[in-house]
Amino acid sequence: MAQKTIELEVARGREMGVDGNPSLSPIAPFDIAEPDMNTEHMLINIGPQHPATHGVLRLVCELDGETVKSVVPDIGYLHSSFEKLGEYRSWNQIVTLTDRMDYLAPLIYNCAYVMSVEKLMGIEVTERCKVVRVILMEMDRIFGHLLWLGTTAIDVGAFTPFLYSFQERERIYKLHESLTGARITTSATRVGGMMADLPEGWTEALGEFLDTFPDTLAEVHHLLTRNQIHIGRTQGIGAINGADAINYGFTGPNLRAAGVDYDVRRDRPYYDYETYDFEIPVGEHGDCYDRYLCRMEEMQQSVGILRQALERLPDGPINVEDPNISLPSKTDAMSDMESMIHHFKLITDGIPAPEGDCYFAIEGSKGELGMYLVAEEGDTKPVRWRVRPPSFVNLSVIAKLAEGHLVSDLIMINASLDIVLGEIDR
Amino acid sequence: MTDKKSGSGLDAVDEGPISSDSSSADHGGDEADASEHASVAALKQRFADAVVRHRVYAGGQHVVWIDPEKSHEILSWLQADPDHHYDMMSDVTAVDYGNGRPVNVVYQMFSTVHKRELRLRCELPLDALEIDSIVDLWKVADWLEREVFDLFGVTFKGHPDLRRILMPQDYAEGHPLRKDFPLRGRFSRAEQTRRALAQDVERFYRAEDLSAGHIPQEVAPVEVGTLAQGEREGNS
Repeated sequence: MAQKTIELEVARGREMGVDGNPSLSPIAPFDIAEPDMNTEHMLINIGPQHPATHGVLRLVCELDGETVKSVVPDIGYLHSSFEKLGEYRSWNQIVTLTDRMDYLAPLIYNCAYVMSVEKLMGIEVTERCKVVRVILMEMDRIFGHLLWLGTTAIDVGAFTPFLYSFQERERIYKLHESLTGARITTSATRVGGMMADLPEGWTEALGEFLDTFPDTLAEVHHLLTRNQIHIGRTQGIGAINGADAINYGFTGPNLRAAGVDYDVRRDRPYYDYETYDFEIPVGEHGDCYDRYLCRMEEMQQSVGILRQALERLPDGPINVEDPNISLPSKTDAMSDMESMIHHFKLITDGIPAPEGDCYFAIEGSKGELGMYLVAEEGDTKPVRWRVRPPSFVNLSVIAKLAEGHLVSDLIMINASLDIVLGEIDR
Repeated sequence: MTDKKSGSGLDAVDEGPISSDSSSADHGGDEADASEHASVAALKQRFADAVVRHRVYAGGQHVVWIDPEKSHEILSWLQADPDHHYDMMSDVTAVDYGNGRPVNVVYQMFSTVHKRELRLRCELPLDALEIDSIVDLWKVADWLEREVFDLFGVTFKGHPDLRRILMPQDYAEGHPLRKDFPLRGRFSRAEQTRRALAQDVERFYRAEDLSAGHIPQEVAPVEVGTLAQGEREGNS
């Protein structure tokens, strides 16, 4: 898990002219002092219904000509009071709320939630369950990054990567569907295990995906990484330094692009992540281009983790064998008296929690995804269920990042943050 | 335990959550040895009179209750002191237990240097929901504190822009995550619809309602010799 350095020979804003000498490309910013037109500032409203805001996000911009003077994000259009609803539901019923927050990588949210409940109650899941959850989380990391890749590329005018990445996403959708029955609202996890074990042939289907996906990734690399237009649109745009990035609360690929080597999977390991062999890409400039490179490399690394996890996937039960936590099988509940009583007690009473609170963070596709639970002795519902939202915190930085850039760069900065409004508004 | 399930289904929904029994104020957990966590030990030594209690929950998570009066001082020390250096404020949130018990403001911190986490909690009585803002220490607290203000009604003294963030600016029903707030809101559906229809929608597009105070447009002074609208050079 060493730090990985990506070295790319890319021209920073220069290309060859007709005489063979480097010349300023037409898209590079010119170093000419902008004449002071002494004009009024303009107030421009972007969104809430606009494809470039990636959801129902509204950005109010104060412009001087085309330069952004300030941005005021307005959120809350999708507020569904998930956290309040959680206080009325038993531990397992909350799972269905979690995938509706981040519908771009639902399984990560499913897993993060039950992992925090298990942490609070001191439940140790089975070895097979751990590996299965790692597989699901890494798969959805690719799933979430692919959406970001496609939509970001389309925001800077590259249409083809969008088609490529959505084709690959469709294959993961199919894997979701065969595992959980749903494509987006997966609700695949339960306290103490999973809703169901992996169906027959699922690991082979995932293996097939892993065999061909890197080729698609390489094609996208060809299309974007050294593409002069893409570089011109992303390099030096929305840059932030490491210390600021930490202070402003950046996490995940956004933070690592700014040169901070922090990954929850390595620094606060869970589910034996320290035993997997993977590298953590760290950027240098903290601009949109480095965020792009970090996410591209992360997908590559996730493929590696998935291969290792498939290899070590142990047999055995997927749910903990404690009748006070896991539901008995349908057959048992129908034929065995004791199982039926356990089933009844679990459904009507729920799982009692100990007194206390618990904060559990995992590395989501957007950044540090924390789940904070508060319970009192014997509670079968949380007193408080709080999601530490990575996109919410990442979005709050946009005002700082966009200041002084052009409106078109604001669109790029917003895209490069990889936000999902379902989780921001909750 | 059993009296908690007094209602079921939709009947239970409008009663509001049944508050926990206020007698269980011993806070459970283990009264752990502070020497297990270097920052907790240092806190107990340096701010002995401000540390209210210390518990360990969920298999090794240290939680320290501190005096809200001293919260800013303690947090800025934890951030600046090289032995602790909590540079990452992961989360700022609040907990309401209901039944008149104090609202807890929760700070979840992580040090990227020492790879250490710590959780601080401040108990605020319901009649004085006020605490110092930490936006001057961690910029990330800006939106997080706004969210706590919006959903719990805790006022953060010194916050530069304390407005509602998830709920509408003119939301009149209170603070939704408080336990005394019913799940379906305080107003009837008819009243909610009436208010929604009566809204001045254009209001949300006016600069002065958006915020932040620095949007007001300063119109540049008209320069002498500027052409009036429609006027062309040389045709005077």
